[in-house]
Amino acid sequence: MILIAVISLGAIGAIGAVFLYACAKKFEVYEDPRIAQVQEVLPGANCGGCGYPGCGGFASACVKADTLDGMLCPVGGAPVMEKIATILGKTVAEAEPKVAVVRCNGSCTARPRTNQYDGVKSCAIASTLYGGETGCTFGCLGYGDCVAACNFGAIRIDSETGLPVVDEDKCTSCGACVKACPKNIIELRKKGPKSRRVFVSCVNKDKGAVARKACTNACIGCGKCAKECPFEAITVENNVAYIDYTKCRLCRKCVAVCPTGAIHELNFPPRKESASAAQPKAAEVAPKTAPNKPEPVQVVETKEDTNQK
Amino acid sequence: MENKLYVSPSPHIHGRDSISKNMYGVLIALVPAFLVSLYFFGLGALIVTAVSVFFCVLFEYVIQKFLMKKEPTIYDGSAILTGVLLAFNLPSNLPIWIIAIGALAAIGIGKMSFGGLGNNIFNPALTGRIILLISFPAQMTTWPLVDALKPFPMTYTDATTGATVLSLMNEGALDKLPTAADMLIGNMGGSLGEVSAIALLLGMCYMLWKKIITWHIPVSIFVTVFVFTGIMHLVDPAQYASPFVHLLSGGLMLGAIFMATDYVTSPMSKNGMLVYGVGIGLLTVIIRLFGSYPEGMSFAIFIMNALTPLINSYIKPKHFGGGK
Amino acid sequence: MLRTFRIGGIHPPENKLSAGKKITALAAPKQVIIPLSQHIGAPAQAVVKKGDIVKVGTLIAKAGGFVSANIHSSVSGKVNKIDNALDTSGYKRPAIYIDVEGDEWEETIDRSDALVKECSLSSKEIIDKIASAGIVGMGGATFPTQVKLMPPPGNKAEIVIINAVECEPYLTSDHSLMMEKGEEILVGVTLLMKAVNVNRAVIGIENNKRDAIAHLTQLAAGYPGIEVMPLQVKYPQGGEKQLIDAVIRRQVKSGALPISVGAVVQNVGTAYAVYEAVQKNKPLFERVVTVTGKAVANPSNFLVRVGTPISTLIEAAGGMPENTGKVIGGGPMMGKALVSAEVPVTKGSSGVLLLTKEESVRKPMQDCIRCAKCVSACPMGLNPAFLMKYTVYKNWELAEANYIQDCIECGSCSYTCPANRPLLDYIRSGKGKVMGIIRARKS
Repeated sequence: MILIAVISLGAIGAIGAVFLYACAKKFEVYEDPRIAQVQEVLPGANCGGCGYPGCGGFASACVKADTLDGMLCPVGGAPVMEKIATILGKTVAEAEPKVAVVRCNGSCTARPRTNQYDGVKSCAIASTLYGGETGCTFGCLGYGDCVAACNFGAIRIDSETGLPVVDEDKCTSCGACVKACPKNIIELRKKGPKSRRVFVSCVNKDKGAVARKACTNACIGCGKCAKECPFEAITVENNVAYIDYTKCRLCRKCVAVCPTGAIHELNFPPRKESASAAQPKAAEVAPKTAPNKPEPVQVVETKEDTNQK
Repeated sequence: MENKLYVSPSPHIHGRDSISKNMYGVLIALVPAFLVSLYFFGLGALIVTAVSVFFCVLFEYVIQKFLMKKEPTIYDGSAILTGVLLAFNLPSNLPIWIIAIGALAAIGIGKMSFGGLGNNIFNPALTGRIILLISFPAQMTTWPLVDALKPFPMTYTDATTGATVLSLMNEGALDKLPTAADMLIGNMGGSLGEVSAIALLLGMCYMLWKKIITWHIPVSIFVTVFVFTGIMHLVDPAQYASPFVHLLSGGLMLGAIFMATDYVTSPMSKNGMLVYGVGIGLLTVIIRLFGSYPEGMSFAIFIMNALTPLINSYIKPKHFGGGK
Repeated sequence: MLRTFRIGGIHPPENKLSAGKKITALAAPKQVIIPLSQHIGAPAQAVVKKGDIVKVGTLIAKAGGFVSANIHSSVSGKVNKIDNALDTSGYKRPAIYIDVEGDEWEETIDRSDALVKECSLSSKEIIDKIASAGIVGMGGATFPTQVKLMPPPGNKAEIVIINAVECEPYLTSDHSLMMEKGEEILVGVTLLMKAVNVNRAVIGIENNKRDAIAHLTQLAAGYPGIEVMPLQVKYPQGGEKQLIDAVIRRQVKSGALPISVGAVVQNVGTAYAVYEAVQKNKPLFERVVTVTGKAVANPSNFLVRVGTPISTLIEAAGGMPENTGKVIGGGPMMGKALVSAEVPVTKGSSGVLLLTKEESVRKPMQDCIRCAKCVSACPMGLNPAFLMKYTVYKNWELAEANYIQDCIECGSCSYTCPANRPLLDYIRSGKGKVMGIIRARKS
């Protein structure tokens, strides 16, 4: 009796083993072993910041590609790309580190609400409906689609200003927030030496008076910054200034002339009194928001504060 | 404008339907069956129902408040409904401590462990009943005797017990079955809420009228059971009871009308509901006729609950323009 | 049993407060703001500049593409500026501001009330006249009418269906138009039939407008080929696909146009505009707008010049009620909540609905209990609960496989949901996403 059981079980086992082996052979898929090696050095966050579906997709794309030009794992950055290059025996193009920058400073105080949104708290949904709760139809809606999109916890909504704040140390410049923002407010900009950056914190394309009425921190497209800039890094188009970070040399002259304080500087040491003649004027015009003051006030502080950690 | 306008996507009006409206609607539909059970089982029915509802609501409150740390939603009526349905599936002489265990199983395991209302896979009341049935088979399968001439008996756990229609059928004692009229009214042994077919059908009519449920699930169960047992009865009338007996006995009515139609655990498309109903009907009859348990309704619904996600993903609603 | 569409549908309270009210013409305001995007498709291009003098009916903007429409001045006066203005879309878009001076009409427009029945124009000439008059679908979709009248090659129109169901609660603009301009509408329908070379037209009217059904049935006896069909009251019967299903029992396939089943659907207001354009040389610059709401003093139907601020209409209906919470352009099911009452009336504005504060606020959302009431309500046979889930989890493949792109955004799902889930909010955004993916794949 026991014998029959043993034999039959053994036979079933053997048949199963043969079947499994046959299947494994028949359906075996050859995979370049280097793909696994590359995947090993990748961070494994599957953020999609590289433009490929997850780290696996990026790894196989790297193996297939002839050169690594234009391929970048934004999370791992240059060190990881170098490792990949050594595995694959290819060279890697040096890429500058970038960071997500929120180009809106329409805080609750600067940008009064004109209506009350009562739909789903999602920027994507609200933006298909209308321009937002304030007079500015270009600015941040504040429902945090970027926060939800970030895989690294590097972005949060400041409860005081209602605006997203990027944590520079955590930001991997994967670009997920850039894609998530329906208003195209978030931009990946050069991190800059010692994380020092200058940028226009506004995307409002309305005419100056209209923009200013909607938000006291808006860029009014007056063009003073463009005239002041010695490096032709600033262009004013559609009533809004933009600083080309590849041309900007961080002289900060534009910051001083901006009448609304729409140009922000980050992580610079406090200015000496003699640094710029225009400085007191700027502080006078927009005392609440001028980011160049030694002790920045609330609105800007939140930004700097996370940056300096 | 000092007066800020609200802005939201369309639609701007709502039908004023709510979860609690539906839950209380089902409770109203259960009233006739409850009155009948009071008539036949008296004090026992009252105690079992009250205890079951009390413990279900208590466990719901405690788990939501202290374990899930969120605002308890005991007022939406779903815990009360689970309590009543659980009680309706129990013998009217069940000791209180067993009912409490059943309530904990229903709310704790059946509902809250999945994340609360809307997320459970299995009907909570059914989960409670099945756990009790497996854990306490003796207490769960002895039902007090009913005497239609003695309304509202004041006995509880000391009631005299007897057989049910299904256990008689399972033993092959077809000649001892009660009359059809008794079965319709509920003058027979059984769980406290399942005995009266008329009262349960009345409840179904109310729910159909209020659009709480659609006809698809109960009707497909009835038709399947009727056809399947009818064929078996034609094949061998001596061994298999008539389809009417099957329809009117055991928990079939209660299960088909109130348990299988539970929103959360039944399919969403009309065709899916029909498949689900037919599945329950088939499984019930198979367990009743060929299984060792006399009653198969609970297990049939339970199995089909498990298949519901599958039905939902394969049987879609009829798509506009997708037909002819 | 009256006909209706065969899948889903709901029956919200009708609240036709302004039914039976005569159409009152409102005088032109001091300034009109005429948006350049009043239709689906490319914005029109302004052909006037600051300081130009225009008359009523003067062409002020030309169609900016094949799917686009001309825009005419609704007043006489001077162009103040061309600037961005907040419109019903909730965004600022280019518009022409005109300061009103007097009320001088273009001489070509026949301003008499006399009915002109005869028309010797060919199909092509009728369509050209419709195009130059800038007529768009007046039911709210604002699709340029001439495009709909030119079936793509390989398709043949068999029937003209006139959408007079007005299934949105509250709105009565089409109803009042049918009562007062019955003959003109029927001539317009005849012109539409001629334009697409068919000899049959059906006017579908919901059975809650019995006076209109009786009135038009009586008049239609004098117009060969036109039939008035009473329909069961069910929302969203005014949806193009739903109406075709109700009237001729054919279902337009996913992604196909109504012409694929031989139907050309036009709104009853459009038929009237076609009459005026073809027989009276009058371009589309005014329309009937219902101003309504439970708190409104005098719910009314107004004949309004395009570009009039909505606040002017509200004033005429007795002023903005104290506790107004929401101003809606259109009906309560598909209308758009407006940011301010200064938004101008456009060609597609069928109504202005004022809701009180209590009516405006949504109830908090609860977990889905899978009751499938949204599935029963969906007129397209979709599963809204699942489509919302796919959108939340950004599963676009599954969303597309389950036809999220077929959603007509009628709002029946959100309306029925006992858990107050904003199903349509999510589905609409998911639909936009999936449509984008489909377009990207095609190109």
